[in-house]
Amino acid sequence: MTALDTAFAACGLLAGTGGLLAVTTRHVVHAALWLVVALLGVAGALLVLGAELVALVLVLVYVGAIVVLVLFALMLTSAPIGPDAAHAVPPWRRLGAALLGAAVTVLLLSVLLPLAGDQPVDRADVTSTQVAGQLFGTWVWPFELLSLLLLAALVAALAVSRVGRRPATEGSG
Amino acid sequence: MIHLAGPYVLAALLVGLGVAGITIRRNAVLLLVGVELVLSGGLVLLVAAQAAGGDRWAAGSVLPLFVITIAAAEVVVALAVVLAAFRARGTIDLDERSGEAP
Repeated sequence: MTALDTAFAACGLLAGTGGLLAVTTRHVVHAALWLVVALLGVAGALLVLGAELVALVLVLVYVGAIVVLVLFALMLTSAPIGPDAAHAVPPWRRLGAALLGAAVTVLLLSVLLPLAGDQPVDRADVTSTQVAGQLFGTWVWPFELLSLLLLAALVAALAVSRVGRRPATEGSG
Repeated sequence: MIHLAGPYVLAALLVGLGVAGITIRRNAVLLLVGVELVLSGGLVLLVAAQAAGGDRWAAGSVLPLFVITIAAAEVVVALAVVLAAFRARGTIDLDERSGEAP
């Protein structure tokens, strides 16, 4: 175990625990908040792997924007305070979901672990300057397309959310 | 120096948890929590490929940025659809069949 391994294990433990609780908790708001913990753990893991820009963007966009959006959506869909009795699932379904998740994990591990090798590797350092140079050099057209995608998503979200309105409120909206 | 087994185990664990979360939830908003976990597992794999020194054009840092942006766009549209469905049907239960045409 090197020092980086230890740091990665701590962040991975945080991410795994947060993810497990986000998936299994019966409180809907707690699920979104545990997702924050899981994503912070993932951000720490990315930091250990040497991608500090990705880690910061993950915290800013996922934790700062997406989780807040999910919380707002939970409020707008009248989520209950406390355990969500309306959406409770039977035990066989919990068992089936756990089995499916375990099967996916084992399948991925069986593919990935033989690739890892026994020896530790030197962490390649890619600086933010290099990332910026490549982002606005090699990847500039996909990067510009992303702005179009975001614009399309914005317009689509606005259009879709206006569909279900009743005619009486359409004039004021 | 870092062992590559750690990132691989974490990525597999996150994807497995996400798939379990997608299948277990009946609340349409909480389905997205599982999707986010699957995507973050993908992020860990991409960055691990960079840390192993196996990428060109800084793809291990740029592609995760793309994934994060596309995921944000996807969540925005998905939540808009969920809210529209909630207004039309009064419920976001994924198990419920629509009795009549919406």
